[in-house]
Amino acid sequence: MSASASFFRQSLHRFVRQRVALGAGLTLIVILLASVVIPMFAAPEGAVPHYELLSQSPSSQHWLGTDPLGRDMLLRVMWGCRISLAVGLAASLISVLIGVSWGAVAGYAGGTSDSLMMRTVDILYSIPYVPFVIVLTVLFGHQLWLLFVAIGAVSWLDIARIVRGETLSLKHREFIEAARVAGTHGFGMIARHIVPNLLGIVIVYATLTIPSVILFEALLSFLGLGVQAPLTSLGSLIADGAAEVQTHPHLLIVPAALLALIIYSLNYLGDGLRDAFDPRT
Amino acid sequence: MLRYTLRRLLAALPTLMLVASLAFLLLHAAPGGPFDSQKRLLPAIQKSIEAQYHLDEPLWRQYLRYLDDLAHGNLGPSFQYRGTSVNQLIAQGLPVDVMVGLSAITLALLLGAGIGVNAALRRGSLADHASMAIAIVGISVPVFVVAPLLVLLFAVELHWLPAGDWVRGSIRHLVLPSVALALPYVAYIARLMRASTLEVMGSPFIRTARAKGLPGYLILWRHALRPALTPLVSFLGPALAGLITGSIVVESVFGLPGIGRYFLTGALNRDYTLVIGISVLYGALIVLFNLLADLCYALIDPRVRLR
Repeated sequence: MSASASFFRQSLHRFVRQRVALGAGLTLIVILLASVVIPMFAAPEGAVPHYELLSQSPSSQHWLGTDPLGRDMLLRVMWGCRISLAVGLAASLISVLIGVSWGAVAGYAGGTSDSLMMRTVDILYSIPYVPFVIVLTVLFGHQLWLLFVAIGAVSWLDIARIVRGETLSLKHREFIEAARVAGTHGFGMIARHIVPNLLGIVIVYATLTIPSVILFEALLSFLGLGVQAPLTSLGSLIADGAAEVQTHPHLLIVPAALLALIIYSLNYLGDGLRDAFDPRT
Repeated sequence: MLRYTLRRLLAALPTLMLVASLAFLLLHAAPGGPFDSQKRLLPAIQKSIEAQYHLDEPLWRQYLRYLDDLAHGNLGPSFQYRGTSVNQLIAQGLPVDVMVGLSAITLALLLGAGIGVNAALRRGSLADHASMAIAIVGISVPVFVVAPLLVLLFAVELHWLPAGDWVRGSIRHLVLPSVALALPYVAYIARLMRASTLEVMGSPFIRTARAKGLPGYLILWRHALRPALTPLVSFLGPALAGLITGSIVVESVFGLPGIGRYFLTGALNRDYTLVIGISVLYGALIVLFNLLADLCYALIDPRVRLR
């Protein structure tokens, strides 16, 4: 293959990739808008049980049919999406906050504090964290906020490692020296000069954290440990659908497909952003 | 290698102690005790049960007692399954998980590596594009979606395989759980393997082998496969650890009597000893898997030196 052909192929590949990322972003925006708007304008009686409408197939009245309690499935799915996305965003935010502060402080402080903090991260890595969160949610009740905190608190390790590495390389750059000469120290330095220069990479890894958090929440809800009825999330909808799979497979297929679409799009969006932001990959 | 293994195992002890302590403290900090939820017991009986399990002692005594038992390999009596020790419960449940886990990871390795190498060798072909497109879907679809869908297809629609109603030693009952557990890994391994094979096949020593006139399958078998497997090995540690999560899901979908089920019911019923015991076991498994992956790494890549 000649050099120019390979270059052409590479550019084409990059272009297609970015277009896929763009498509993924648009898909996510559509899902987000739908999950916010549809419940707002839907007829409110679709959200409550109707005993004459149990487990109906899709019709012009109920586009995705009804669930075993006679609630409109489209509305249920949109509510589930809303909660899944909210959990994903909130828990990712928590994990980014912890991860960035931990990594930046460790990298900037260096020396003993650095090795101590990173050893802690190493040890936490070997904790079986899914069982750990299961224990947490079982013991402390099923409040939604606890779910955010529990998931956020165990998913910050990757970000802490990446941020520390970046901080180490930033630390010896000239503009940091200049700021030090100008009298900036410690926390002020981290907040004003280190963290803003990390934002690109942090956004990328935050985008990649969201799908894993959404999956985690879905897993907990599937096991019956996450969001509790009458609230619902994609995970609990999948669990409900799995129970009805013999008679009404669409109750499983619709939320499962939507979850897969969200995860798929977020992964592609994250990959695209990484290509754009992170020159090393 | 032996010294390295011993040192790694020794270094794992503080981690396991941390897992045990965290689980112990969390369980005891939570509201409610193991004997609260049942029918109201006479105060005297309640007291004697608590004394029997040492629940009436101060927390630090219980903690030290637990660590002492743990150091002797005794995980204590289960609260929920009266008259049964946690060791016995684990001995009952673990073989099921080991069988399902082993067949899943074997399936994932063979199928994933096969698909990946095939896609790399036919780069740009329809087979390549098709298998990679399917692989991305496979990565995005979690086990708890795959499992019910497999039940729908193979048990409900086609009646080929049983779903649930576990019969000990029956291979037919093993198929669907193992496949459900394996599929996400098949997808991931296929992608990894495709990328690494492409990289290796482009390197100069493969060109030399080709120039010598070796046939394609021998180049692959003798020269390309080993270096192409290295990224797979580093994925193996986290992958095996991920099997733990997967096994909890698969057990609850297919009703397998493994330790994941004991863990869930134990947590729901505040069976302190059962939950801590299985947590420690999970921690030990993760440590073991990571060590195994590192040892494999040294075996497959002569440049890696274990220190």
